[in-house]
Amino acid sequence: MSFNIEKLFNEMKTGEILLAYKGSITAELITNVLGVVETKLNHVIEKSSTKKKIYNILVESLQNLYHHVDDLPDSLNNMDVHFGIFIVARDGEDYNIRTGNFIKTEKVGKLKERFDKIKSLSKEELKELYRFVLNNQMFSEKGGGGLGLIDIAKRTDGRISYQFDKCDSDYSFFRMAIIV
Amino acid sequence: MDSISIEGTPKTPTISLDAGTGIVEIKGRSIPENSIEFYKPIVEWLEDYSKEPQKLTTVNIQLEYFNTSSSKCILDVFKKLEGIKKARNEVVINWYYEEDDEDMLEAGEDYESIIRIPFKMIEIVD
Repeated sequence: MSFNIEKLFNEMKTGEILLAYKGSITAELITNVLGVVETKLNHVIEKSSTKKKIYNILVESLQNLYHHVDDLPDSLNNMDVHFGIFIVARDGEDYNIRTGNFIKTEKVGKLKERFDKIKSLSKEELKELYRFVLNNQMFSEKGGGGLGLIDIAKRTDGRISYQFDKCDSDYSFFRMAIIV
Repeated sequence: MDSISIEGTPKTPTISLDAGTGIVEIKGRSIPENSIEFYKPIVEWLEDYSKEPQKLTTVNIQLEYFNTSSSKCILDVFKKLEGIKKARNEVVINWYYEEDDEDMLEAGEDYESIIRIPFKMIEIVD
């Protein structure tokens, strides 16, 4: 069965959608999206700390996309460069932030390992890891040297899940779902 | 030496670095995609300032949001301040956080645990 991005995008759009985007992830787009989401959150959420949490996670996950999206597989070269998906949805009391992007399949194993490690940590251990990475790891021009994922896990008590779908021989599609 | 004043934008904070009064302020949002570029002149200014600092340097950090890409740069700012303190000058750090913003309070505690200058945690109540 071949990989179908439209089908996948639709699958990801569950719950009450506040925002759904599929296309190029640029710095300007992120600025605009953050503006729109902030206005929306101000309308639907009372509690300032919840709004902030969602906003913070959105910043991290969008910038993660911005910094880490791989070039597209040849089989999908009709799509936008720097392609990514993100969705903000409400599901009962919970808010869901979902992102998706292509990555080279060779990176999947390492990313899985990293996710599983972070997900296995307790609140206290996450705090320790965050402090350690902040103080010791070299940061690249690209961003936080891996702090983003730890930060999201810390803010959500580890309520992050992921999924990889194979697209062709070299590429996979990486989905992440965060519950706030 | 010159003072620096940078107006805030939706992605970058308002900065005020005053060599005459020894007051250093960072306020607003710090969520740029490239934080290193934004913080470079600030860290450089502190490097210069640390050669001849005021007896008392007062630092006011009042951030609404900051991303992990900024977090390392903010640590670099604190490391410069730690150097000023180590040279036997007084450095007071006021870390402001909005009421109920536990995450921002915790972020202050994270920095405090690394740089070993006591922070004054100040809750902003509406």
